[in-house]
Amino acid sequence: MDAAGLTRRRAGPVTVEEPARTRSQASLGASFAVRAAFIWPALLAILFVSIYPLLVSLYISLSRLRLVRGGFEFRFVGLDNFRELLVGGEQSNFLGVTRPLTPVGWVVLVAGVGLLGWGLAGAWRGGASVAGMAFRLLGALLAAGAIWLIAHTLLSEGGRPGTAVVTLVYVVVGITAQFLLGLGLAYLLTQGLPGQRVFRVVFLVPMMITPVGVAYMFRMLTDTGKGPLQPLWAAVGLSDFSWVNDPWGARVAVMVGDIWQWTPFMFIILLAALEGQDLDTVEAGMVDGANRWQIFRYISLPAILPVCATVVLIRLIEAFKIIDLPNILTNGGPGTATESLSLHAYIRWRTLNLGQSAAVAYSLLFIVTVAALSYVNLVRRRIAEE
Amino acid sequence: MNPLRRRSVRDLPAVGKLAAYLILVGWAVVVLFPLYWLVITSFKLPIQVNSGPVYLPFVDFRPSLDAWRYIFVDLRGDTLRPFVNTVVVALSSSALALVLGSAAAYALIRFPYKPRVGVIALFAGSVLLAAVAVGLGMPPVPAVAAAGACFAVLAATVGRRFRRALSNRDVAFWMISQRILPPVAVVIPIYVLFQHLRLLDTRTALIITYAATNLPIVVWLMRDYFAKLPWELEEAAVVDGASAFRVFRSITLPLSVPGLVATFLIVLVFAWNEYLLALFLSSADAQTLPLTVAAQNATRGPQWWYMSVLIQIMILPVIVLAVALERVISRGLLVGAVKG
Repeated sequence: MDAAGLTRRRAGPVTVEEPARTRSQASLGASFAVRAAFIWPALLAILFVSIYPLLVSLYISLSRLRLVRGGFEFRFVGLDNFRELLVGGEQSNFLGVTRPLTPVGWVVLVAGVGLLGWGLAGAWRGGASVAGMAFRLLGALLAAGAIWLIAHTLLSEGGRPGTAVVTLVYVVVGITAQFLLGLGLAYLLTQGLPGQRVFRVVFLVPMMITPVGVAYMFRMLTDTGKGPLQPLWAAVGLSDFSWVNDPWGARVAVMVGDIWQWTPFMFIILLAALEGQDLDTVEAGMVDGANRWQIFRYISLPAILPVCATVVLIRLIEAFKIIDLPNILTNGGPGTATESLSLHAYIRWRTLNLGQSAAVAYSLLFIVTVAALSYVNLVRRRIAEE
Repeated sequence: MNPLRRRSVRDLPAVGKLAAYLILVGWAVVVLFPLYWLVITSFKLPIQVNSGPVYLPFVDFRPSLDAWRYIFVDLRGDTLRPFVNTVVVALSSSALALVLGSAAAYALIRFPYKPRVGVIALFAGSVLLAAVAVGLGMPPVPAVAAAGACFAVLAATVGRRFRRALSNRDVAFWMISQRILPPVAVVIPIYVLFQHLRLLDTRTALIITYAATNLPIVVWLMRDYFAKLPWELEEAAVVDGASAFRVFRSITLPLSVPGLVATFLIVLVFAWNEYLLALFLSSADAQTLPLTVAAQNATRGPQWWYMSVLIQIMILPVIVLAVALERVISRGLLVGAVKG
């Protein structure tokens, strides 16, 4: 990508299809059969891993596996699996254990719901259509539910988060840390320091490493007895503390591993974006006497904001799928403290509870879709419009 | 050549420079230390691991090749098999994804598609029909054939009446949006299907699944790449009477080699590191390296010295790729994609 690319981008969104080409396209004269031959293999492959499994999964999530003579059969049970997740016996594993709020919990709950109401009121006054308002209301209700759940499991006395909440924590904490670290490192490497090429290559490495390997490396590092940081733990009096046996210690270990692995992704793309920014505006800013921070805040950051929005979206979608790290680093434990939704579904599958497993997987799909859609509508579109 | 850089070097005060270096070196240590620990652990004897940390080979402890000998000599076959599996599966699935994906990406850039909403609905209906028929006990082959025939007849007769059509953009968006599906939500039906086909625990099953799950990435990256190619060359070939396949094979693909290589490497890394799908679809024969490494703990408890050797075998190829990819990425493929 070159500087011209980003400038063009800011002048107006670049679309991949250019209408000017249509006439030439027609002159390619590809018949219906040729056009079909180009695209159908890919379409079939995608149908095979998406539509077909989603339909079958939906059926499995509405049924229960039963062992019968000579094999097994699926018995249709309606929404039983989902009911069990939300209000039944699986609730404590999936949503968590809710307890009365602490003062901090009340503050967070009231502030969160207030913020949502304020946003809704703003949209209504801003002249949103009825359908738009309905969608916003639905999104706000889901968000309010999530805030309520987070407050009652994380910020309460004796509450315990379930896999849905833990996954959200992984996603939010992980992406925030990765984005800030990646942006900071990328910024430092645009300062023309000698030797930056070496840093670039080194910083990229963790992203490529097999997550299973990352998980084991961090298991070694978090070992307070035999791990390399043992003198450090001993010095601060934590030598008897076991990271992987304490719920929050184990979650922190998983998040640190995830941040270690995925900061490079943010870093490398933000670096390319910073290097590709329009240098004329930067120079103009310098001539006007802007300092380094002002140039970054008012010139560079707005220029790379669309790229920022997109990398966060990509990571948002991928981060929800986390399974390797918690499965190997902590085995989902202690108890179910570090289980992500994917791991939860896998564990149910392993115990042959296929219906429950599919229900958890569908819940995950629902959460990712809602999160990605809200993000696109609330953040990304607004940035793109600016 | 870059005024920002020239100015920065001159103007960054010494303190600022020092701080920048401290942060950069600090992060480099964070990145490299786990890898360093991995390497030296593989040269330790069990007693050197279990009696507390030692850091420097030759100073703190005498390195030994025991763990390496055990993995490479004693466990020869058990190490080689997953390694070969991983290589074969990663290479073939990436190649397959690249072929199918770049053809689709090219078509979405060059040919106008107008899939009619009604025809798509008909197709979905036929699929559902086949599914219900199979569910009610009809053998799969005739059920699929019957549904296919239904679809063909209906599409040919009433299909033209539907006016609403989607554009190439919609098709591309739909393909790319498939990345949002969590693998765990789709893997059980795939497992059941491969079980029926007796392909469970084979490389073929993994190759097909990986290729299909990585297709959206290929379409996404290559679509951007093809869009930037000059159209004139292809047009000239078309005027000379070359077919669409011919143009694609002899003009477009040779021009896109850098993009193809970069895309291939990215997809290759994904396939190499994949864990969840392999966990469901393979058990012994087709086991890939991530599974072998993950299983170490279950079978023998954490024997870090052996595990470190295995992990190094697993990650060395991708680290080499990372160094290669850095160059490719700095040429700008990924950000080109991010714009799209």
